[in-house]
Amino acid sequence: MAVQYLAANRFGLGRRFDDPAIGDPKAWLNRQIGDYDPSPAAIAGLAGRAAIATAYVEYREDRQAMRRAAAETPMSEEEKGMDPELRRLSRSAIRRHYVDATAARLSAAVATPTPLPERLVHFWANHFAVSADKQTVIGFVGNYENEAIRPHIMGKFADLLIAAVKHPAMLLYLDQAQSFGPESVLATRIRNRGNRQSPGLNENLAREILELHTLGVRTGYTQTDVTAFAKALTGLTVAGLGRGAGQRLMPADAEPGATVFIAPLHEPGAQTVLGRRYDAVGAAQAEAILRDLAVHPATARHIATKLARHFTGDEPPAALVDRLTADFVKSGGDLASLYRALIASPEPWVAAPTMFKSPWDWTVSMLRALKVPALGEKQNVVAMFTQLGQPIWRPGSPAGYDDKVATWAGSAGLMQRVELASRIAGRIGDRVDARQLAPLVLADALTPQTGEAIARADSPGQGIAMLFASPTFLRR
Amino acid sequence: MILSRRSIILSGITVAAAGALPGFAYAAAATPKRLVFIIQRGAADGLATVAPTGDPAFAAARRTLADETAGGAKLDAMFTLHPALATTAGLYASKQAHFAHAVATAYRDRSHFDGQNMLEGGGSRPYGRSDGWVGRLLTLLPAAERDALAIAPAVPLALRGTVQVGTYAPSRLPQADGDLIARLSALYADDKLLLPLWDSAVKTQELAGDIGGNNGRNGADLGKLAASLMLPADGARVMMVETGGWDTHSGQRGRLAAQLRGLDRLVGALQTGLGPAWSDTLVIVATEFGRTVEVNGTGGTDHGTASTAMLLGGSLALGGKVSADWPGLTSSARLDGRDLKPTRSLESVIAAAVAHHYALDPKRVMTTLYPDA
Repeated sequence: MAVQYLAANRFGLGRRFDDPAIGDPKAWLNRQIGDYDPSPAAIAGLAGRAAIATAYVEYREDRQAMRRAAAETPMSEEEKGMDPELRRLSRSAIRRHYVDATAARLSAAVATPTPLPERLVHFWANHFAVSADKQTVIGFVGNYENEAIRPHIMGKFADLLIAAVKHPAMLLYLDQAQSFGPESVLATRIRNRGNRQSPGLNENLAREILELHTLGVRTGYTQTDVTAFAKALTGLTVAGLGRGAGQRLMPADAEPGATVFIAPLHEPGAQTVLGRRYDAVGAAQAEAILRDLAVHPATARHIATKLARHFTGDEPPAALVDRLTADFVKSGGDLASLYRALIASPEPWVAAPTMFKSPWDWTVSMLRALKVPALGEKQNVVAMFTQLGQPIWRPGSPAGYDDKVATWAGSAGLMQRVELASRIAGRIGDRVDARQLAPLVLADALTPQTGEAIARADSPGQGIAMLFASPTFLRR
Repeated sequence: MILSRRSIILSGITVAAAGALPGFAYAAAATPKRLVFIIQRGAADGLATVAPTGDPAFAAARRTLADETAGGAKLDAMFTLHPALATTAGLYASKQAHFAHAVATAYRDRSHFDGQNMLEGGGSRPYGRSDGWVGRLLTLLPAAERDALAIAPAVPLALRGTVQVGTYAPSRLPQADGDLIARLSALYADDKLLLPLWDSAVKTQELAGDIGGNNGRNGADLGKLAASLMLPADGARVMMVETGGWDTHSGQRGRLAAQLRGLDRLVGALQTGLGPAWSDTLVIVATEFGRTVEVNGTGGTDHGTASTAMLLGGSLALGGKVSADWPGLTSSARLDGRDLKPTRSLESVIAAAVAHHYALDPKRVMTTLYPDA
């Protein structure tokens, strides 16, 4: 049983070229839980929420200014051509935040001395997925992972859930920033003015929290629960970005990009969710529901199943799911305790079935193995992962990327990996000897066939490509 | 393919105006000398490239591959050129080709990695040097003839040294070559998940990898590219061209013919592309080591020792000749009973050719290119 390889790749992100051999795999993994640094150096220089929000505000103002100018003065052909260009430039300022964050994410993953927590950051960011294909979200997705996910992966699930739900990226992605209580002070006022188009409820976030983030699909909640929960969530919005009536009620001191609770948007009165009545007023109401959802037995099973699948394969063993569920319930959703239970379990430590590395896992593990820079200065990280089939923070759905072998084991994707490995090998040439690297990165999973194939390669570069395209290295 | 200096990558940096950079200041010499080093990675079979058909032991040793060179040009009483090398045969006839046989570097083991490291580095042991023989040669050349370029994503060892060297990698250069694809097919053979995925991927992949692919057209394209990079007044004067796919452990007959056809068309395109400059050009074709005298059980040959090196160009010292201190092919004449025995050092062949080409002192060339010899 290749415990060294499993520890480094199933649990970690692949062995770094300068990592010492893993002595006791379980102790090595448990130690990382304590050593985890939620603010690695690679992400330190990234823009904060206010700067990202400002990029959106400037983008909108530029567009409005242009529109006004166009309305007031007749435009020459030349000037007419400027608006889309200006829009493009502004968009690129927003996009820049995304591009910077993707590069930082890759650097952090390649450099991390605690690859298990880093993998868990990726796991949770995918569990609480937001997707950069929505223009209002793209600038915030990196900040979301770094500020909502990273600080909370070792604490209680409830705190992670609340941090994720309240981050502007999630509020914008699942339309919470545009959701108003139907009987809220503001909606009532607008209705009384005779406005037919009174702002209303948007259930998107409430539904996805129940279906995807906590209880799981078909676990017994009803449409009534969804509506009541959506009402409880009203009032939560993002300062400086949303359009519409709510913005006028924004506190004057609210920084753009800050999550704010605006009481006049909140649906008044008690709400009943899953048979339990929540009387708390204001923001405390949604928070109380979230805290109860976070420790619900269905949530425990849902999280246990997803975590177990991530570390054992498509069909996680029932015994492991049961054990993790019990741990989650007993600890009240203590995540560090859950990880320890996972590490201590026998099920993740078997050779079969194996998982197919996602393009992200595979690329990160390859870069970690190489002591020389494998990517050029100008390597477009966003484009690289898009080409490999896993655009960063862009799963296209709030369900995130599916975590199964068939999700990633495709023929075109395999050829893409071989081509990338080949390109990287070409850059490296003989500066790395695949014959020495193979026992290091494949460790106790190195097969004689792979070892021989690498040794027989017709050039050092071909040997490197074969190592990274080997059946073992493609899996975790 | 449209090429300009603009697209040349200089040590990894895209250069907007290469002429403005130190090290790329090209003087307009009247007839600057040009050098092309074509490396055959994977151990090319010298016994099939320039076959010793006049050796009485040849046919018996080569059995099924003995007639591989049937129809090839007769070079002299002993040697026949592989028929795929038609253009090269023409060059030989006009004294613009020379073959040095039974040559090898100082390396005597049979690892591609180590062998290529010796061939490129020019040291006396693998990984003994961090610079290469071409890189050291550059220090002997006048500024006008020193600009070196490799058609590769990174500077190969042979070109490394104190003189700055450029690399050029056409963006549409196929990344996964046919040989790698074949090797991965073998590696995935017992993998129930990967094999069908890979088979399907390979079917949809246009195989245009090594020089032998696309009926030699890939080789021609590479030669054309190299010539276009060397022809301009401010172009490269020293060029390294990488070729792979020579490791013919099985099915050698077809594979080697395709490889050699690609090489032949590469050379032809170089000659055509360089035009009159061909007369001041030296092309060196060399591989890390040769292949076994005997054919193996899969219609191929395994890693050996001595092989053939080619010298091509318009002003060779010994054009139209095969030079060899022929050791013979009987098993007692072989190295370790299996390989063509090296009777001359490849290093000395290269040094002599380079010294003649640039009219440099042969001793100085030898000690500079091969300081550890």
